[in-house]
Amino acid sequence: MKRYDIVIIGAGPAGLAAAVAAFDDGARSILVLERDREAGGILNQCIHNGFGLHTFKEELTGPEYADRFVRQAGERGIECRLNTMVMDIGAEPGAAPDAHPMKYVTAMSREDGLYQVAARAVILAMGCRERPRGALNIPGYRPAGIYSAGTAQRLVNMEGYLPGKKVVILGSGDIGLIMARRMTLEGAKVQVVAELMPYSGGLKRNIVQCLDDYGIPLKLSHTVVDIQGKERVEGVTIARVDENRRPVAGTEETYECDTLLLSVGLIPENELSAGLGVELSPVTSGPVVNESLETNVEGVFACGNVLHVHDLVDFVSEEAALAGKNAVAYVRRLEAAEGGAGQAARDEAEGGAGQAARDEAEGGAGQAARDEAEGGSDSVEDAVKSADNESAVVEISPRSGVRYTVPSHIRMSHMQEEQVVRFRVGDVYKNCFIRAYLNGRQIVSRKRPVMAPGEMEQLKLKKGQLLEYMEPGTDSYCLEIKVEEK
Amino acid sequence: MDDMLACRYMTLEPAKHRKVAIFRRKMSGFEVFYGLREHKVRGNPRVSCGLKAMDDMPACRYMTLEPAKQVKRGIGMYDVIIIGAGVSGSAIARELSRFRGRFCVLEKEEDVCCGTSKANSGIVHAGYDAMPGSLMAKLNVQGNRRMKALSGELDFPFRQCGSFVVCTEADAMPKLRELHERGVKNGVEGLRILPREEALAMEPNLSDDVVAVLFAPTAGIVCPFGLNIALAENACTNGVEFYFDTRVQEIRKQEEGFSIKTSKGDYETRYVVNAAGVYADMFHNMVSEEKICITPRKGEYFLLDKSAGGHVTRTIFSLPGKYGKGILVTPTTHGNLLVGPTATDISDKEGTDTTADGMAAIREKAGVSVKNLPLRSVITSFSGLRAHEDGHEFIIKEVGDAPGFIDCAGIESPGLTSAPAIGVMVADMLKGKLDLQENPGFVPRRTGILNPALLTAEGRNRLIADKPAYGNIICRCEMISEGEILDAVHRPLGAKSLDGVKRRTRAGMGRCQSGFCSPRTMEILHRELGIGMEELTKSGGGSKMITGGRKEAAL
Repeated sequence: MKRYDIVIIGAGPAGLAAAVAAFDDGARSILVLERDREAGGILNQCIHNGFGLHTFKEELTGPEYADRFVRQAGERGIECRLNTMVMDIGAEPGAAPDAHPMKYVTAMSREDGLYQVAARAVILAMGCRERPRGALNIPGYRPAGIYSAGTAQRLVNMEGYLPGKKVVILGSGDIGLIMARRMTLEGAKVQVVAELMPYSGGLKRNIVQCLDDYGIPLKLSHTVVDIQGKERVEGVTIARVDENRRPVAGTEETYECDTLLLSVGLIPENELSAGLGVELSPVTSGPVVNESLETNVEGVFACGNVLHVHDLVDFVSEEAALAGKNAVAYVRRLEAAEGGAGQAARDEAEGGAGQAARDEAEGGAGQAARDEAEGGSDSVEDAVKSADNESAVVEISPRSGVRYTVPSHIRMSHMQEEQVVRFRVGDVYKNCFIRAYLNGRQIVSRKRPVMAPGEMEQLKLKKGQLLEYMEPGTDSYCLEIKVEEK
Repeated sequence: MDDMLACRYMTLEPAKHRKVAIFRRKMSGFEVFYGLREHKVRGNPRVSCGLKAMDDMPACRYMTLEPAKQVKRGIGMYDVIIIGAGVSGSAIARELSRFRGRFCVLEKEEDVCCGTSKANSGIVHAGYDAMPGSLMAKLNVQGNRRMKALSGELDFPFRQCGSFVVCTEADAMPKLRELHERGVKNGVEGLRILPREEALAMEPNLSDDVVAVLFAPTAGIVCPFGLNIALAENACTNGVEFYFDTRVQEIRKQEEGFSIKTSKGDYETRYVVNAAGVYADMFHNMVSEEKICITPRKGEYFLLDKSAGGHVTRTIFSLPGKYGKGILVTPTTHGNLLVGPTATDISDKEGTDTTADGMAAIREKAGVSVKNLPLRSVITSFSGLRAHEDGHEFIIKEVGDAPGFIDCAGIESPGLTSAPAIGVMVADMLKGKLDLQENPGFVPRRTGILNPALLTAEGRNRLIADKPAYGNIICRCEMISEGEILDAVHRPLGAKSLDGVKRRTRAGMGRCQSGFCSPRTMEILHRELGIGMEELTKSGGGSKMITGGRKEAAL
């Protein structure tokens, strides 16, 4: 079986950025596995522009943005196997639970059949899938012509086919908005975009550029209540919904159409993660991760849309690079524990007898020991002398208006000088404050003129700032992040 | 050598079409093992038939034949024409194919298993529901007993998981006991009433209100598509002709037998079997003055993700109410959880739409016998129509005032369970009437679509080395490979549409509901069958997947 330091599942924007960052941080034993025919992931079908404003300071199309990373990975000679489906990720069979088991990745392809590779660290970067019609319980027939917006996008942009000519779109997620414009440009008539919520789930710029510019009406607080047509869609009835999102009788309008596109949410694709025992958040459907983007399964990191659905790919790249670096750091710690501490330590760790050695390597409790293993190279950790707080863990608690946060907790020992906490809000807020409270004491307050569920928010925490509010002898902290009006 | 291994396909040019009967005469040493089948190979229409070497001949891969006179399907007199390729029609066809004769099945849809047979609970009922002495009771118990052996013979998914009927009110206990007694009278084996504690120990997610349950260890679950498709494929292999997109419009009594007018030409036959599901009354009433009336009784369902598949391990019924068996909760043979059905009488025989009221009713009633149902994990909802006859009894007999016309009508629950027994019963009737002789070439076994997930890693690698398509995953939710889809397309009565592929392989049946795989599956159907992309359908007829090319692609 081939062994790698880092195996990355998925060669979309997250997987590629993680691979490049890991390489640049010194890792050389990297394998990227991709199920599709080419690297780049969903960006390959996103032929509109608007990508890369943050990362490259220019406006690229999806394939162009992907290509930058594909090239970077290529220039570095990173091994990427295409047309390869990862079937399973499991722990090394028979390994002691408190050792540092290799992860066994089972993959399959036409050329190589079914095979396994072993990895010290795994980075999950599988992306997400679209919520299907069935999950919405829309009544009506089940004819042809009902597509999720992403499937339609693939058909139009990659396969060269037009899925329909008269279109109703349910859901104002970004893909739905983009497809409203795309279908219009291809000569289809997009009659209406209905959105269940009283606000759009997409970016403001997409509403302006994809709907307003083409005179496509957006009906907020509306949903589909019936689909007509037994073979192909013949009509779609939408109705207004009340504040409990229930259709209001008498408000039905029927649109004659041949196609219903659905853009009603994205779900991180975590079946592999679940199989590995990764804890998933009920809110994001993505893994629960710490400040290093590491899941509850040691050495397994997550980034991109498999972790939580992003609005901009630039943030995916940034997040994935962090996951890549952290995976390298993890591998170094293992190596140091094995090699640096000498053969004895390794023997003990393998033999399962030397508890102390194992504790050192494990780091859960013996934090100081792990820092030594890391080589003490981290300037932040050098700078922080308050050893008491080094073992502190800050649980981040999303409160009023904040739906979730990534990460969900911060180990002070591993915290960088600055930690980005990303989250989404559950409603539209105007002129509100994002505030963070550490054990009840306000440490950050930032005014935000507008926040909407369609846009990801972020808060930057400074390590020094947290330490300032920490008390010796206390290891457990709660950081509440909430939206407040005043 | 195994019978099936010696089987080979043979394809003829369109100009060389001829009857199966002619093949038989001209080609000594070979037996036709399945009938003419029209299809397209890379856009060219072809007619093919399967051939099997006789014992003393080596297997023959390629054959050329001298041109013979052109033959059109449907010409000449059939011994039996079966209307409907649902589970009843297919079971009858399969049992009939044990005998020599000219049999065909006419189906208005593009595939087998497109009506009631595709949208039901997939339950193999134990047999305590029907009234003792009724045909329903008899065939239910017989069908249940045959199902296991049949699933081995024809290779379709079946699991004898057992069932509970849950009583949640002490007042209703007499009804539970009545069911028990009825079951014993019907000959159901192993029935027991279990007290609350024992039931909860076996199914921890039963409602807190459970008082007692009726445990039926012989009940089970079956893949309804798998059963129907297996029966039809085996019938086809054994020489029964199947014609799809062929809607029966008129049936007329003739001096000898019947003439059947269809949307694809006329047919003549000595016997007609009316296995037309919700349309059985229409055909019956064409030939008989003793009218029957079939009411489509709609049942709506939720299908839950595999993550919820282990919520219960047996089929859980509530004590029956006025309509049918109430809402049941059951694992499926594919590992999902199924919740439903409702029961609403409607008038439209094609009214398979789901309704807001129906879905609300499932949500409301689903919790009666099972608690904490994760209804958030619904991946799709669907509805099916039971062919409910006014007398609530199977009508399987020759029509009194139309000799030669055999009804197989009113096949509602437990119709799926009873199908194997219905097949035997009707074939026996026809055998007597037509004095049918045994078909010495009858192949009793059918091998289903290979499921590579059941192979060892080594076995799977040998398969991929031989056929690399098995290494190419198309449906990522259900992990279905291109090899399985190719098998589904190229086997007898192969899939021609996306739903056809889905019912045979589960590709597109998973949690993303074909979002990712439909463009890939379309590509495979286009490539393998030569169907133009714009002609590809979800489920035949006008269910076209796309409406044209992209602007620049069209230039």
